[in-house]
Amino acid sequence: MQKPLWIAPLLMTALVACTGAEKKDPAALVDEGPLLLDPAVEPEPTPMETLPVASAVLLRGATVMTANGVTHTPGWVRLRDGKIHSLGAGAGPEVEANERVVEAQGKFVTPGLIDTHSHLGVYASPGVWAHSDGNEMTSPITSGVRAEDAVWPQDPGIERAVKGGVTTMQVLPGSGNLMGGRGVILKLHPFREARAMRFPGAKDTLKMACGENPKRVYGRDKGSMPMSRMGSIYLMRQKWADARRYKLKWDQWRKKPYELKEGKKVPINPPERDLTLETMAGVLAGDILAQIHCYRADEMLMQLRLAREFGWKVRSFHHAVEAYKIRDVLAAEGVSVSTWADWWGFKIEAWDAVEQNLALLQEAGARAIVHTDSPEGIQRMNQEAAKGLAAGREAGIGLTEDQALRWITANPAWALGIDEKVGTLEVGKHADVVVWDAHPFSVYTHAEKVFVDGHLRFDRQAPPRKPWSDFEVTK
Amino acid sequence: MSGFTAIWLSQIVAIVGGTVYPGDGTKLEQATVIIEGKSITAVGPSVPVPPGATVIDAKGQIVTPGLFDPYTHLGLVEIEAIEETNDIDSGEPDSIRAAQLAAESYNPDSSVIPVQRAHGVTTVLIAPEGGLVGGQAAIVDLDRDGGRPGVVSSSVGMVAYFGGSVAPSRGALLLTLRELFDDARAYAKNKAAFDKNQYRRLSTSKRDLEALQPVVQGRLPLLIHVNRRVDIESVIAFAAEQKVKLVLVGATEAWTVAEALARTHIPVILDPVENAPEDFDRYHARADNAALLEKAGVPVMLSTFSAHNVRKLRQWAGNAVREGMTQAGALRAVTSLPAEVFGLKDHGRLAAGQVANVVVWSGDPFELSTVARRVFIRGRDVGTDHRQKALLDRYRTLPLQK
Repeated sequence: MQKPLWIAPLLMTALVACTGAEKKDPAALVDEGPLLLDPAVEPEPTPMETLPVASAVLLRGATVMTANGVTHTPGWVRLRDGKIHSLGAGAGPEVEANERVVEAQGKFVTPGLIDTHSHLGVYASPGVWAHSDGNEMTSPITSGVRAEDAVWPQDPGIERAVKGGVTTMQVLPGSGNLMGGRGVILKLHPFREARAMRFPGAKDTLKMACGENPKRVYGRDKGSMPMSRMGSIYLMRQKWADARRYKLKWDQWRKKPYELKEGKKVPINPPERDLTLETMAGVLAGDILAQIHCYRADEMLMQLRLAREFGWKVRSFHHAVEAYKIRDVLAAEGVSVSTWADWWGFKIEAWDAVEQNLALLQEAGARAIVHTDSPEGIQRMNQEAAKGLAAGREAGIGLTEDQALRWITANPAWALGIDEKVGTLEVGKHADVVVWDAHPFSVYTHAEKVFVDGHLRFDRQAPPRKPWSDFEVTK
Repeated sequence: MSGFTAIWLSQIVAIVGGTVYPGDGTKLEQATVIIEGKSITAVGPSVPVPPGATVIDAKGQIVTPGLFDPYTHLGLVEIEAIEETNDIDSGEPDSIRAAQLAAESYNPDSSVIPVQRAHGVTTVLIAPEGGLVGGQAAIVDLDRDGGRPGVVSSSVGMVAYFGGSVAPSRGALLLTLRELFDDARAYAKNKAAFDKNQYRRLSTSKRDLEALQPVVQGRLPLLIHVNRRVDIESVIAFAAEQKVKLVLVGATEAWTVAEALARTHIPVILDPVENAPEDFDRYHARADNAALLEKAGVPVMLSTFSAHNVRKLRQWAGNAVREGMTQAGALRAVTSLPAEVFGLKDHGRLAAGQVANVVVWSGDPFELSTVARRVFIRGRDVGTDHRQKALLDRYRTLPLQK
């Protein structure tokens, strides 16, 4: 039997999309191609909108804080083709043709800030019910839903975040569910769809939640499971067991997507897709990064044991106000901690906060991260890091400014698996750069210029532009 | 007896050599602040240190009045999500709760309070929440006064709400308010008949009608939550018609009516980091609301509108300055102005005769790297320890030694 003709172009697309991936194309293993239902070889279509190439920029005269252990006073940074082309100490190179020069004497340059925890776009302003798209609270396990599918790119909060120096953020589903769904990592460009804002090549994430929220939403408010932390862990454990079997079925099919009939490899259909388990199987495979809302020390330890039991990794605990109590374990396990400088006390699981959480984690060698979970907080991440730094120093914990800067740049980049592309000022990384009008750890400082992929997305010195959000268009 | 005890315990403290911001917009270099007992007795550059005084060297440091957050829920809640610790909203179905006193829900021993004091906040307004008329706000100093809870004034304003989410329509809301105020006046004139059940039905209870008397007489301000421009205009017109004193709370779009507010001397309490259209009443929110109002001459106060995060007040003031408010105006906004607006003559400034609420800072109080070194409330050095610091000490070294 001849291969049907229609399969060939599809197969081509699949192979192109697979370039660089470890997985073998199951179709190649059989004499007659299988039905192409494997999610790994059936990628979603590319975005409908793409980024134009950015023009060249030379920033010079400023204090350049690289978030990589080095500060150049003064220093310079050259941006070209959306990447950091070069940087260094001193007055800088000769200006080249078609290069825009930013004279930044007395100013400060840092990497673009990264927030690991935002609900911009899924809980957009104005905060009316019609914009409430971040919690699919119809079942405690909805790992198959995706924040990306709900992000409203017109949220007025997005432009405000950029004005605060933020260039990348993770938009997460809320914490009403044990498994709330997939998070998405976005570059802050004024595009018309979230898909186009996706950080190129970034993995998806899975948002999970411990503690009070799921048992309040289900047990207390609906009388359904989970009503207790027992129920929460039971449901999670059961689902991880299901996900393991699901992954096994797919792994087996990918290894042998055929049966032998009369000496010929006849394709067999792949297992049915279950989007809930598919996401969890992705976590088991390391393709999707686990991000867990968890406040209490004992519950974080519980999640670490669950991860070990089923063979996955926690990438970042979020909120984690008690992380300081288990900072030795978190450092040893290589888990990052996304937390606030001083937000606390609204729930009993947020009662044991200390202002030195970030500093103690840093001291213990764990990856400390300032996250915001707030459309207000995301506008002043630099201030939050400064407070964490001050609290640590006041308690006698030795900290450098570079370390505190990494709480809002390099460490969140690691938590999101994008640290090779952003998070520090290094040659070859994305040209996500902020020029601050004074030291970024002062309360009086503004982000003056914000470059995202080399594009000047905000310039405080230029006349005000039209708002990004259509919602803010007035006559 | 108690008088004798007070004199006997009366300590003299001299804070010497600091840069003193008395809270009136001026600045005194290398000045001395003398505290005797509960009061400040002298402030100035050439004030002698009395014999026997405990001397605090404030060289290179900054001395200010204790910070005053003019709109909080501090002491009304321990943990918001644990209802039995939450006294912010009485939750009554009744939307008129004029007789309710926040002061009677206040817990001076709340462990949330010392956390805020450690960041230089010594005085707050506490407000009940909910309903249409929520009850009476109080002002407290954040330390027990001897055995008493530290309430400075148990009634400084009547909390009320105006806007899109309060009632089905603005028209209905104004109608309710007008009827309520008419009834309060009618009640005052016909108390005897009312008590004998010989008067028409009034829209709320006797205690509420009593509580509304100082409001309709123009003595107690209405602390009214209002954000939208036209709502602010309606409230101003309503207050003029009813001859009621106003303080605007929230006031997101107040910058659009700055001149009218300045002309009528209506004070405003706002959140200086509110800059987004979080709802349709705040469509024209902007970061420089405080700066624009200050420039127009409106009395602007700054608040965190919080309980657990009142300690952010200095950061919030710093953000107001970042967006164009003057440094002196922002300091006044969180010290002397709330005291003035709420009629506390002995609060909010560093001057002889003032209650000794004083903070010594390691630097600029609004700056993030600054620490409150000493905090005095009513002359007592209340320290800067709290439960969070105790937890820090407990976990300073691992493994934990319990």
